[in-house]
Amino acid sequence: MMEWLEPIQKFLGPAWLPIWTLLKIVVIVLPLMGAVAYLTLAERKVIGWMQIRIGPNRVGYFGLLQPLADGLKLLMKEIIVPSGANKFLFIIAPILTLMPALAVWAVVPFNAQLVVANINAGLLYILAMASLGVYGVIIAGWASNSKYAFLGALRSAAQIVSYEIAMGFALVTVLMAAQSLNLGDIVRGQHGEHGLLNWYLIPLFPMFVVYFISGVAETNRAPFDVAEGESEIVAGFHVEYSGMAFALFFLGEYANMILVAFLASIMFLGGWLSPVPFLPDSIVWMFAKVAFMLFLFLWFRATFPRYRYDQLMRLGWKVFIPISLLWVVLVGAWMQTPYWLW
Amino acid sequence: MSFFDVVFYLFAVITTLAATGVIVARNPVHAALFLVLAFCSAAGIWMLLEAEFLAITLVLVYVGAVMVLFLFVVMMLDINLLKLREGFWRWFPFGAGLAGLMVFEMIWVLGSRQTSEVSVAVTHAADYSNTKELGRLLYTQYVYPFELAAVILLVAMVAAIALTLRRRTGVKTQNISEQVKARKADRLRIVKMKSETKV
Repeated sequence: MMEWLEPIQKFLGPAWLPIWTLLKIVVIVLPLMGAVAYLTLAERKVIGWMQIRIGPNRVGYFGLLQPLADGLKLLMKEIIVPSGANKFLFIIAPILTLMPALAVWAVVPFNAQLVVANINAGLLYILAMASLGVYGVIIAGWASNSKYAFLGALRSAAQIVSYEIAMGFALVTVLMAAQSLNLGDIVRGQHGEHGLLNWYLIPLFPMFVVYFISGVAETNRAPFDVAEGESEIVAGFHVEYSGMAFALFFLGEYANMILVAFLASIMFLGGWLSPVPFLPDSIVWMFAKVAFMLFLFLWFRATFPRYRYDQLMRLGWKVFIPISLLWVVLVGAWMQTPYWLW
Repeated sequence: MSFFDVVFYLFAVITTLAATGVIVARNPVHAALFLVLAFCSAAGIWMLLEAEFLAITLVLVYVGAVMVLFLFVVMMLDINLLKLREGFWRWFPFGAGLAGLMVFEMIWVLGSRQTSEVSVAVTHAADYSNTKELGRLLYTQYVYPFELAAVILLVAMVAAIALTLRRRTGVKTQNISEQVKARKADRLRIVKMKSETKV
């Protein structure tokens, strides 16, 4: 497939591997950043239409240049470091939020061949990287040297840590069903003659719901956006941030939204597999499923009122964790019977 | 020096520097963050040894869960740095002795003939799954120690919750089942009345 690259490979010698890997990273990260920018536009448009408004429509046709204008505005703004803040940690916190959100993409397969690193422990790697995201939040709150930012950080960090557990158990059922931690193998495990009926969505439906709601809570999105809560409180851990440092938190949030949508499609909706047997499998299905899941995120935001903090914690600890534990046991027992068809 | 060696020495240097930072840093939060860095680079070294499951689990458990709780606690403590440094020289000989003992043990273990033979990473085929092999060993050969450790952890968890649980009286909390049971008829009475006539 890649024969034309061989002369370049010979010419570069040992430098080939790092350069080739960097190229692959750029090929993934650039479209991702574009997707993040246009997701913000899609969000404003979709919510606008749901509320019978027009949404952004001044910058470019249909507001298509709005994300660029927003980005430019944020770039031009000054980053104000509060006096008494720990400067190094204050600057590095937004980077720590964005870094794991980008690093995860190394193992995400787009179709049967298109993946940067096809590692065996892919699912585990994703869990580990997702658990690193909380550091950005905690460090941002602490380094700001402000009690409001600190309280916001504790609140968000407790939320993220709580929902991670239910999310982990949901992933455990998937790896039990697929008997593999490799994301490509998880998709291939959902391949079959019946198209849509072979997806893990059918036997693991409660886990799909738990995973997706936990994903919404993990990314601090409405109705779980107590980190931001713009209509009730000013903000949470990022209250002292301005300009591009502030924007990095939201880049991370939107990149994580896209990631949750991708993972839900890969693990429960058959990834690049076609939902009906008579159509071929293709990367188009993948993007269609991801677009649908992202639409759900926006739809949630336009529909549900914000959770109160104690109710949010109750949902995570007292509802999702018992359900997912029960389903792990149930799937384990089910797989030992002949009625397990997946 | 191959690419592999470069990566190894890079991780090794970062681990050592970060570990030094843990004990030298004045601010406890900085010390905790240095420990996080040390864990991450140690995970990198394990990854070089093809112990992918252990490396990722190290990040997942220690960095993702344990150190987050550490940071939570350390950040909320009101630590008096002067008091912490009090009596440094009094305890110095004890600490130095302990460090010396550890260095001796490390040299003893790593320098022995048995360990030097297995210090090279065992390479496997691409389809070899570290996770699967570990799981198989844990649930067959070591199933009793493994289950025993799990039960001990469970007991510790239950005990920790039981020790800190306190029932306070007079607090206002929601009774969720009561709220779910509530019907429209329980709370709302619709009254039909005639419209009033203008006087």
